[in-house]
Amino acid sequence: MSNENPSDLKYTKTHEWLRDNGDGTATVGITDHAQELLGDVVYVELPELETELAAEENCGVIESVKAASDMYAPLDGEVTEVNEELDAEPELINSGAFGEGWIFTMKLANPSDLDELLDADAYEAFCQED
Amino acid sequence: MSKHEPATGQDTATQADSKLPPQRTPLFEKHLEANGKMVDFAGWEMPINYGSQVKEHNQVREDAGVFDVSHMVVLDLSGENVKAFLQYLLANDVAKLKEPGKALYSGMLNHNAGVIDDLIVYYLADNFYRMVVNAATREKDIKWIIEQVAGFDIDISERNDLAMLAVQGPNAREKVLSLLSQADAEKAGALKPFFGASLEESFIARTGYTGEDGFEIMIPNEMVADFWDQLLAAGVKPIGLGARDTLRLEAGMNLYGTDMDESISPLQAGMAWTIAWEPEDREFIGRPELQKEKEEGSELKLVGLVLEDKGVLRGHQKVITEFGNGETTSGSFSPTLGVSIALARIPSATEDTCHVEIRGKQLKARIVKPPFVRNGKSQLK
Repeated sequence: MSNENPSDLKYTKTHEWLRDNGDGTATVGITDHAQELLGDVVYVELPELETELAAEENCGVIESVKAASDMYAPLDGEVTEVNEELDAEPELINSGAFGEGWIFTMKLANPSDLDELLDADAYEAFCQED
Repeated sequence: MSKHEPATGQDTATQADSKLPPQRTPLFEKHLEANGKMVDFAGWEMPINYGSQVKEHNQVREDAGVFDVSHMVVLDLSGENVKAFLQYLLANDVAKLKEPGKALYSGMLNHNAGVIDDLIVYYLADNFYRMVVNAATREKDIKWIIEQVAGFDIDISERNDLAMLAVQGPNAREKVLSLLSQADAEKAGALKPFFGASLEESFIARTGYTGEDGFEIMIPNEMVADFWDQLLAAGVKPIGLGARDTLRLEAGMNLYGTDMDESISPLQAGMAWTIAWEPEDREFIGRPELQKEKEEGSELKLVGLVLEDKGVLRGHQKVITEFGNGETTSGSFSPTLGVSIALARIPSATEDTCHVEIRGKQLKARIVKPPFVRNGKSQLK
């Protein structure tokens, strides 16, 4: 099992990760653990640009050959960018969950909310008991 | 094609008693060795995949893969009037089987013409036939057959001593033949599609559930692990139930419990070709109801769908047509075609296009006649 979650990211219990871009925005994806559970990703329903999201709100769907899985907004904020590469190459989520498989970027309503999310160690512990 | 099963296990009816621990095939340890991810399927602990379902799917389309289908049920029927019994039991007519070893696909219907199960029957001798039925329907099938057999002098034996492998793909036959003794290889190599033959210690048939060439092999439980190892050494890769489902769907083959069940007649399940109407005086179970439906015309039909918009079709999504609604019965992303495909039961009058509702959105789909893929090639026009 590859549970080597980057220590510079924040995590949710619904298996999203966030990268603090330092400018009030954060990039969001799903974790390697999540992509492993999903299997081969074949379609991603991306959130729409400029959508105002509330934390824990359903903001997209990731479909693997096996099943459809909902994606949730990790924090309050507005969608500022989506990874359009995923339209043509949804498998990037499998090959690079923490990198080129990023899903969207959001402008955080309260950047300090980041502190409420799990760090890598806490997320890993959560996965172990899950 | 063959018997089947499989699948994702998620929406497949299972009759297994959930209080019992799942059963294991003689290959259980081999699945673990191959990193199989084990799931409960119809009361059996079976591999859903060994890593990547899509890679396994492509392996079968492009080379050769092996499936453990030992959970399927082999029934041997013998006796003087076994042919007459099967002509009564099945909607297809075993009288079509003239040459020993020939196989037939058929529905077994109830008196309302609903499908109790779909199965393969092999004609081995005038007083000896072999049937392969689904694992998920084992108990009810056996109960039904025993109820119907009253009045016929027939022995029915369940061959729990046999494991079963399906080796499928364009290179499957060649790889299997390379592992057999010369005498067995000659026999197996001469088999035409949908024929089987007894070998020294096993039974081999040129059948399958993937739309590819290959063999299904019934082999004594104690020998199957060795044969599995030999197949893997010959470059055949293990394939899980997940890929088995996408392969059979691309091949346009029904999965029992998902695409049809006891409430659905074969006319509404894409199985009209499996009903032998001639001779007219053959009274098979379900015939009167089926005849009535044929004369009145079926309200629904099973078709193939190809999604033209982006998204993924799944089983049991709502299908909207100008003649009313229907539903998908099986659906998936097709690894071979790179688009979403489904089987769907829709109003019979519908042609050309329809819409499928996915998460509140209506997506456009094209109506096609299955199969979607045969021998590695797209059948879409």
